[in-house]
Formats: sequence, C-alpha cells, structure tokens
Amino acid sequence: MSVPVKEEAAASEATTSGLVINDFVVKFANVNGSGSASANGMFAKSILRMGVPVAARNIFPSNIQGLPTWFEVRVTEAGYLGRRGGVDLMVAMNPQTWDKDLAEIEPGGFLFYDSTKPLPPGRFREDVTVVGVPLTAMCNDRYALPRERQLFKNIVYLGALAGLLGIDPAVIETILSEQFSGRQKLIDANVAALHVGLDYVKANHQPLRLQVRKSDKVGDRIFVEGNAAAALGAVYGGATVCAWYPITPSTSLAEAFTRYCEDLRTDPDGKARYAIVQAEDEIASIGIVVGAGWNGARAFTCTSGPGISLMTEFIGLSYFAEIPAVIFDVQRGGPSTGMPTRTQQADLIGAAYASHGDTKHPMLLPADPGECFEFGALAFDLSDRLQTTIFVMLDLDIGMNEWLTTPFAWDDERQLDRGKVMTHDELEAGADFGRYKDVDGDGIPYRTYPGVHPNKGAYFTRGTSRNPYARYSEEGAVYVDNMQRLLRKFETAKALIPAPIRQDAKRKTPNQKVSDGVIYFGSSTPSMLEALEHLEGQGHHLDAMRVRGFPFSDEVYDFVAAHDRVFLVEQNRDAQLRTLLVNEGEIDPGKIVPVLHYDGTPITARFIAGQIGQMLTLGRSEAAQ
Amino acid sequence: MTYILKPQLHHPNLPTNARGFTRRDYEGSVSTLCAGCGHDSISSAIIQAAFELNLPPHRIAKLSGIGCSSKTPDYFMGASHGFNTVHGRMPSVLTGANLANKDLIYLGVSGDGDSASIGLGQFAHAVRRGVNMLYIVENNGVYGLTKGQFSATSDKGSKSKKGVVNHDAGIDLVGLALQLGATYVGRSFSGDKAQLVPLIKAGLAHKGAAFIDVISPCVQFNNHVGSTKSFDYVREHNEAVNRLDLIPAHASIKVDYAPGETVMVTQHDGSVLSLHKLAELYDPSDRAAALGFLQSRQAQGEIVTGLLYVDPEAGDLHDALDTVATPLNALDGAALVPGAKALDAINASLR
Repeated sequence: MSVPVKEEAAASEATTSGLVINDFVVKFANVNGSGSASANGMFAKSILRMGVPVAARNIFPSNIQGLPTWFEVRVTEAGYLGRRGGVDLMVAMNPQTWDKDLAEIEPGGFLFYDSTKPLPPGRFREDVTVVGVPLTAMCNDRYALPRERQLFKNIVYLGALAGLLGIDPAVIETILSEQFSGRQKLIDANVAALHVGLDYVKANHQPLRLQVRKSDKVGDRIFVEGNAAAALGAVYGGATVCAWYPITPSTSLAEAFTRYCEDLRTDPDGKARYAIVQAEDEIASIGIVVGAGWNGARAFTCTSGPGISLMTEFIGLSYFAEIPAVIFDVQRGGPSTGMPTRTQQADLIGAAYASHGDTKHPMLLPADPGECFEFGALAFDLSDRLQTTIFVMLDLDIGMNEWLTTPFAWDDERQLDRGKVMTHDELEAGADFGRYKDVDGDGIPYRTYPGVHPNKGAYFTRGTSRNPYARYSEEGAVYVDNMQRLLRKFETAKALIPAPIRQDAKRKTPNQKVSDGVIYFGSSTPSMLEALEHLEGQGHHLDAMRVRGFPFSDEVYDFVAAHDRVFLVEQNRDAQLRTLLVNEGEIDPGKIVPVLHYDGTPITARFIAGQIGQMLTLGRSEAAQ
Repeated sequence: MTYILKPQLHHPNLPTNARGFTRRDYEGSVSTLCAGCGHDSISSAIIQAAFELNLPPHRIAKLSGIGCSSKTPDYFMGASHGFNTVHGRMPSVLTGANLANKDLIYLGVSGDGDSASIGLGQFAHAVRRGVNMLYIVENNGVYGLTKGQFSATSDKGSKSKKGVVNHDAGIDLVGLALQLGATYVGRSFSGDKAQLVPLIKAGLAHKGAAFIDVISPCVQFNNHVGSTKSFDYVREHNEAVNRLDLIPAHASIKVDYAPGETVMVTQHDGSVLSLHKLAELYDPSDRAAALGFLQSRQAQGEIVTGLLYVDPEAGDLHDALDTVATPLNALDGAALVPGAKALDAINASLR
C-alpha cells in the first residue's frame, strides 16, 4: 500500500492566501471517441507555453469509441514529471465513471461537471468543491449539428477551465490558430467557443484556489511522445528499412517514422531513400529486418510483447548467424493480450533471453523521449558493431504520452558506425576472410555484403553450427568455440551500452549502520527522482543508480557491492530486472529488495516513497530496539 | 568432416560463356541429398541457366528456408552469398534483402513443406507484394528430412510409402501464385531439363515476382505406385502447354518463326521469350484463362507444365515504394542523416 506523502508548500503567496500555484493535478474523465483528446492536449500545451512544466498522460481503453478514457495533467513548477497520485481537479465528463472519478479527488479538491441535468446532492462529496457549467445546454443553444455540439463542448470546457485556473486565453488562441493553420473559419469558430466557456465562468464562478501563473521553468525543452522521438532517432541512425505490423502501443512509432521519412528522406523527384513495409505479421516483420540487415541495410521493426513472442525464432537466428537488427519494444501489460493500452516494463526477461538455446541480447532502456531519440539512433550503430539484435525497450507511458524532455541534439561530425565490414578492396588485397573468425579478440567477426567481390568473400549464412569459415559443421569442439566467442562478444557489448547514471545521497542517514541504495530505470525515472526528495524529507538518504542498458556494466555490480541493501524499482510483477541482475552478476538475491508496481498505470512518486519509506522506517525502529 | 568441398581441379578446356565463366564457376559444394534426388537435377538446371545467361555468380543472392530443397543452395553457385533462413520464412528474408539492394538477382529456393505448409502465409505475401525474385518450389509432396510425412501439396487420395492414404486436399501453389498476382508463373518437372532450364532462365530475367513449381520426385519416400509425384506418374500425366526459349536482350533474334505455333514475348529487360505452343489456344498473357485451363486439366488428372502466365511489363515492390535508384544499403550518412539544422526545426515545432 502506498503511504501518502505530505505535499511541500508551494510559493509563499499560496501559503498566505490558500492559493495553490503551479502545483496540482487535473484529470479529465471522457468518453473515448468524443473528440476530447485535442482539447485536453491544448490544455496541457497552454500551461507549458506559460512556462510551467506539465506531465500529461493518457489513460485509455482498448477501444475506438464508447469506453471511458482519462487524461491526467500534472502542473508542476518544480518540474516533477512523474505521476504524483491523487487528483485536485476532476473534469468529470463521463457519467459512466462518475463514482470512481469522484472518489479519486483529494480532500479539499474540486469537481468540474456538466450541470445541464441537475444531480441529487448525494452524488457529490462534502469535502469537494463542485463547479457546475451547463455545457450541453450552452452548446445545444448555440450549435445546430450534433457533431458540432459534441466537438465544441470540448472547447467550451477548455475556455471554462482557463477562466477557473487563470490560464491566459491568448495563449490558447495562439495554439488554436497553429492547430487550424490557414483555416480561418475554423479558428474563429473555436475561439468563439473558447470564449463561451470563459465568459460563463467569469459571470458565474470565482477562480479556483488552484492557479496557473506565468513562469520560466520550461526553458528550451520540447514536448513529444517517445514513439515519435524513437522514430526520429531511427531516421538519424540511418535506418532505411522498416517492416512492422500494427500493435498498440507501438503503431505510432512506425507511423512517425513514415512521416519523418516523407519529410526528411525524399529526393526532389519524389524518390524515397527508405522502404517501409507493413508486413502480414510480426514474424514477417522481423524476417524482412533480418534479410535487410544481412544485406547491409539498417533495418528495424517496432512492436510490443505479443510481437516479441512471435519473433523469437528469428531473434535466435540473428544471434547465432550474427545479423544486425533493431527492435523497438513498446511494452504494455502482459501476459497474452494482457492490458494492451496499459503500461508495464514486463518484457525484460522475454527480450533479454528471447529464443531457444543459449541466447542473450543487448537492451537499451531509455528514460524519456530525449533518450528514445538518442538510443534510437545509437541502436543502429550498436547492431552493426555487434552484429546482433539490439532491443530498445520503451513502454506505453514513454511511447504514447507527450513528455517534456531535453531538445533533440545531433553532432554533424558524427559518422554512422557500420561495424566490421570487409570491403572489395580488402578482399582483393588478399585479406583472409573467415565470417565467424575472432580476428581482434573481441568476439566480433568480420562480415561481407552480398555481391561485394566476384570470387572472394562469399559465404553461406545458416542457423546451423559452422566453423570460423562459415562451413557447416557438427563438430562439438567447433560448436563450443563459436558459442564461447559469442559470449566474448556479449562481454564486449558491456562497454558499448550507455553507462548507468549514479546519484549519491547528499548526506548519510544519521545513526544508520546499513547503507542503502536504489536502482531504477526507464519510465520510472521522474517518479523515482521525486520520491528520493520525499525520502530525504523523511530523513532517508539513498544512493541511486539509473541503469540504461543490458548487459550491465561493472559499475552496476560495483554499486550493488558497495551497499548492504539495494531497492530495485520496476513496473512488473516478477522483478524482472532483479532476475537479470542476480543471474548475470551472480548476486545474492537477498540483497536486492524489489519495489514493484504493475497495475498498468504509470508508477507514482507517492508509491515509491511510500514503499521504500515504510521499509526504511521499519528497519530503523527494529535497529532502535 | 560434415562439409564436403568439391575438388578444385578444373579441366583446362572447359567451355566458357560470354563472361568467361565455366560451368564449374556456377557449381557449389557436393550435394548431401540422396542419390537420384530430383532436387539435384534442379540444382543442375539452375547452374545451366545461370551459365547460359552469363550471370556473374556473385551478383546472385540465393535464399532458402529449411528442408531438403532448402539445403540445395549450398550445392550451386559457391561464389554467391547464400542464406539458409528459418523454416517457412525465406520469403520475408528475401523481401528484406531485396529492399536493401535492388541490384542483385534474388533466387529463393523452397520446398512444398516450407512454402505450402509452415510458410504458406509468407509465400502468399511475398508474391502479392511483387518482390523481384525467382521463387522455385522443389515440390516432392513429402517431408523427406523427417522421413516421409505428407506435405500440403500431396494430392488427395495419394498413398505414402507406408500405404497411408492422404485425405486432405492438396494445395496447388501454381493456382495460388496466379491468384496472388505473380507476374511469371510456370511449372515443370525435375526430369525435364529441356523445359526447365529455359523456364528458369526466363524467370531469372523477369522483373517482378516469378514463381516456378518444379515437381521433383523423392526417391526415398515418394517414388512408389500410388504416389502422384513419382517419376512414372508425372511422366505419364504431364501436359506441357509450351516449350520455351529465352533470347537475352543482347543476342540477335533469330528464331524459326511459325505463325500460330510460336509466340514472342519481350520482357522488361529487353530479353525475348519464344514460346513454342504445344496446346492449342493456350495464351500465357491471360491470367484468368490460365487459371481455368489449369483447373480443367487438373480435373482430368493432368499436370500442366510450361510457362502458364507472364506479364512482360510487370513492376516490382521497389516501383510501388518508389525508392531511389541507388541501393538502400549503399546510401551514406549524407543521404540518410538529416543533420542538426533539420533537428532544430523539429525541436521548434515541439514547443
């Protein structure tokens, strides 16, 4: 169970007047397919444009129309980009989920609802301030077409919220004119609807205690989905072949790659410097990637857990035949079809050891869209360098939500690393080519591209055992040598994977004999960093390490060795990263205490601080006895 | 030793083709298939076809799945890169390879188990995408490597070596390929080199998805009385619709032209197919008629062979995707990486 953590006081104005400035959570409860997403997105963006960081998350069903969907916006001057937990203002637009939504509001919070049909007092809470706006009635009066009534209702409530929360309407108007660029009639109609809501609350309500004030905490950061960032990373990483099969939550990655390629990789005569194939299934997707990788193109697929399950035979081939491939796994709730629209980090073991036989595969673990871009590009260098499948492990939270993140950066001096490829001239000069020979002692052999030389460098690729010259062999010693070389190659990978980021506690916890550390990764990062501050406030000082890839580097093992107890925060049931750590590092499992959140919602700072705080407090009182 | 290298002794007077290659230059390692296997005859036909077409061996990429037939790419064209992929998945790997480099010639070799059972979906989708390839199925109607189980192309009512009668309907890959939009479709028999070699040559020269079903009896498990894929059965029931010659684009065209008996078809690359018609009224440019002819003859217990359909003007997947002329695997960083300035503009659009 999570332990509520007392909020830190906001600005001094707030403490004196009861105002809460730039530090609250608004949640929109909508019906899927009602057109609310666009208005909700503008709500978040308008606050960002006022210089106040926001963390916005969609919580949506596996459905196109009719089921409940939520959009949560955390307004956070302090820049906490994880979910906080709890809701200060509920915008309750969905009667189906009324009771649940009402229950979620923090004591002293607010409920905004469509008051066209009066509700009995029993449907409200005494400790929640209710703000009713007759949205349906207002829209029915103003608009004739049912579709207009529905769509403009969203803009009317956006206007009402702007009035209640002190959002500058001019900022929203600018966003509207950007969104409907060039279509003046649409802009005018939307601006008018915005003012309908704004005028109504000005005439009928006081501004809320929750207020947005202009600030300067956003800086040059950008607001983008991890899937789009990863797709852009693939463009910059030089990927030319993308084969994919639609699956939530990875579909928008392939769609973004298509968009970016159309913009950035089209010749003036319309010819494409890329090839994108929507394959018949995930098996064909990875097959196309392996074929393209074998033939010297940079290729990737994007999928989610069920797709990984289908691809495993090919992933084993990529490992054993040593063919570069990149897989973006946007993880969702499993097993089986699981929770297709909810987030988890539950494919770690499945990806790390995918396929039959002795296999292991490098993984990159980005923590935000900025790293999705960076690792998205890096993955292609690594797959060519290591001649194997590289996984980039996103999850639905990073992949499908817009995150505030560092701007994308690129060094124009950077070259694509195509790895060890023997050229025509090297072959011509008489280089000894053995496809699976460990020439440099790093376990990585040289390869040739098909068609390179008339009579040198050709070899036969197969998933069966072979000797260093790629000739079929079932000799036990030859097989063992090759498997040992693959292990050396995996060892080489350690140094190429992004290093972990260590953040030591600012001071030691007084009177504590046990030294504590915490390991975390991926989308848990912002909540973890916030939780560390909460824990500090409670007098618990922990060293922290963010793991950014697999295989783990020695720094990770050193961190574990340097602490008596290490908490490991992850979003799955079975503590999968802990298993990898224990297994690969031969670590005493008792040393690593799992902190697990896997209900499909993104992990919150309250949850982490609550869990770890409880265990630390317990430990401390035991020590005192 | 589990790999048999062929002796490198070359006869000094071996005939060479126009590029100076001998037939030996198109050979591979020694076959490990059973003596008399139809598949070895097909490998030999492939070697002959490539030799006669003057293809540089290293510009061919040969891909296969898993099974007896899929082992054969090791037994021809040792100077070509080859890829023995996973069972039933050669079509997707070949598709990816083709996307990476449109300039090589892609030869996919598969079997009836590999293409009609586990790989039927991949077969169908590679064909319907129009991947530029020659896809050969070495069809023996049986699982040889696992010793004699029926495959999906086994005809209903045919008998296995153990005397079991197949009660499932057989899949005709030629009929499927026609329906799925293959732009070159033929069938032949491993024992009929005179028909098979020209069919392979024209298939290699064809732009688009070319498919040849080659009935290839399994001497161990499917060459007995009661089998519909045995040497004797196929010889007795073979109904050839035409005999084919391929005249490469650079050769002068001198063919005995007998109106009503020979059809000349010019392919995209300028090569000419000279079809000596054996069956009256057979028109290889009519997809629907080809399907009808195939099915009516099948109903009579005949196996139609020859070039059944060709669209000489066919395009391929690269045309559909409108890719640049340079192979994608040869594009450098300058062509692929948009650079820091483009990124600044993207950043600005995300604020």
